[in-house]
Amino acid sequence: MAEEVKTPAPPPPPQPQPAKTGPSGGPEGEKKPTAEKPAAAAPAKPAAPAKPAGPVPVPWTSPLVEKYRSQYGSGVDAQTYLGQNYLTVDRSLISDILRLLRGEEQFDYCVDITAVHYPKREKQFDVVWILYSFPRNERVRVKTQIADGASIPSSVSIWPTANWLEREVYDMFGIQFDGHPDLKRILLPDGWKGFPLRKDYGILQQDKEWVQINLGIESGQ
Amino acid sequence: MSDRTSDASNRAPSDVDRSNLDYGTPDKTYLDSNELIINMGPQHPATHGVLRVILKLDGEKVLGTECVIGYLHRGVEKIAENRTYTMFNPYVDRMDYCAAVSNGLGYCEAVEKLMNVEAPARAKYIRVILTELQRIASHQLWLGTHALDIGAMTPLFYTFRDREEILKIFERYCGARLTTHAFRIGGCQYETYAGFEKDVKNFLAFFAPKIDEYEALLTTNRIWLERTKNVGVISGADCIALGVTGPLLRASGVKWDLRKAQPYAAYSEFDFEIPTGVNGDTYDRYMVRMKEMRQSMRIIEQAVSGIPEGPIMGKVPKVIKPPVGEIYHSIEAPKGELGYFIVSDGSTQPYRLRVRPPSFVNLQALDLMVRGLLVADVIAVIGTIDIVLGEVDR
Repeated sequence: MAEEVKTPAPPPPPQPQPAKTGPSGGPEGEKKPTAEKPAAAAPAKPAAPAKPAGPVPVPWTSPLVEKYRSQYGSGVDAQTYLGQNYLTVDRSLISDILRLLRGEEQFDYCVDITAVHYPKREKQFDVVWILYSFPRNERVRVKTQIADGASIPSSVSIWPTANWLEREVYDMFGIQFDGHPDLKRILLPDGWKGFPLRKDYGILQQDKEWVQINLGIESGQ
Repeated sequence: MSDRTSDASNRAPSDVDRSNLDYGTPDKTYLDSNELIINMGPQHPATHGVLRVILKLDGEKVLGTECVIGYLHRGVEKIAENRTYTMFNPYVDRMDYCAAVSNGLGYCEAVEKLMNVEAPARAKYIRVILTELQRIASHQLWLGTHALDIGAMTPLFYTFRDREEILKIFERYCGARLTTHAFRIGGCQYETYAGFEKDVKNFLAFFAPKIDEYEALLTTNRIWLERTKNVGVISGADCIALGVTGPLLRASGVKWDLRKAQPYAAYSEFDFEIPTGVNGDTYDRYMVRMKEMRQSMRIIEQAVSGIPEGPIMGKVPKVIKPPVGEIYHSIEAPKGELGYFIVSDGSTQPYRLRVRPPSFVNLQALDLMVRGLLVADVIAVIGTIDIVLGEVDR
């Protein structure tokens, strides 16, 4: 597939060839997404002059942050990026902070819970809560880092909507949520092995055994 | 009838995993019937796709439900990590395929925000017009199928007849009717065609009496009232706790719409109202969506008569490479809050792209809404939540 895409593309437009090399990192990336990242950075010339100095996160100051800083010290870090506020919270404080945000700060709507996988880091996962407050019309993101195999307290008792959202995070990343009423796979079949949104799970990878037993075909591709 | 699905629904109750179901003392009824567990779907016409609901019944009364989803899971978020930002753009149309334009708007705006660029005013107006047309089309599709589920067949023909006019405008604008891929990161790909404004205005004039026609069929129809009043009631507080957004939240009396709360595109420039309901039942949700179609027409009318001149593409580089960082951006899609959380590592591909789908989160409220109702009401409630399984499963 990757070669088919690449070969017919260059001949018709001979001029914008350097620009075309950038997007072609996509099809190549299908094979090994993690190894391809540095290679994709090489033909960066056309994009480089566009925005050399992007915006950087700046510290977020507000009464809310100062309160938590004085209470929890260095366990809480608050920043703003592109006008969006986020708190980076130590794993041990996450339960307290979420409860306080819900109870005292009126973040009554849990928009989303998700995770990001950084395989090279010691604590491999970022778990992210996106919260919104109806009374304040304000959003905040809460992030924490956890290691592979570590668990995190469930927030179903704080926001009932977290039930399915946490199940999806478990389904896709294999992160355990302590105290979840019914933590099982939601989008993938129950017996599936592997967690697809981890970076070491290839895009063409599948649980062949499951496919062969349950679908009666050799491969799902 | 010998396929695997019907096997599942015919199997003895002892084969069903009962570990998660609550088996306290059964509710006393004069029928003294045993509890029954049956499967609804995944191939049931009223589940709007491939949704499987395991119903725990006492006679015809629903004691509890469990949704089994994922039949349409295509791994959109994984695909995003392996495509460039530009290449991923058409994929978002395939999530909520009844409202592809709205999906595209959310995605393009999220990436624009991440790159810190803005679409020009003209592009924003075109986006608003097409997105609001899409909202009307989505609500029309919802109304037709929802009424059909409940037993009223005529509205389906009316709504599909009129939805065709919107799809024609899409087709003339970008060549596609359903999965439109209408917008690009930074603006719009296409300039409006000659006669675009006239087509849109003609549609508004054509459609205004059509809503009255729909309402004449249903609003005071006695069967419709019986089937929808006090069915699937959910309170505003429950909606917020369960993260339910969109017309469901508004029908429960919470006046909240992202177009007003946190305006995006050009919505801050238009005058429109947020319709709300009182009872949070299926009828109120119907009324809210009918009113929303009228408000969408108001927005389109203002937008189409004031499309500013100027470029349709902002200053975006040929190769989309957002700086290292992350963003969450959400829009008011026809079904609720549609959000994109994107993490960039500075390369041409998203490091992580998360879609916050309104249908998925709203569907979680099904269990609360149908407990104690009849099986026939489950059909009505699934319809009123307005799910699209392409978006639930992604």
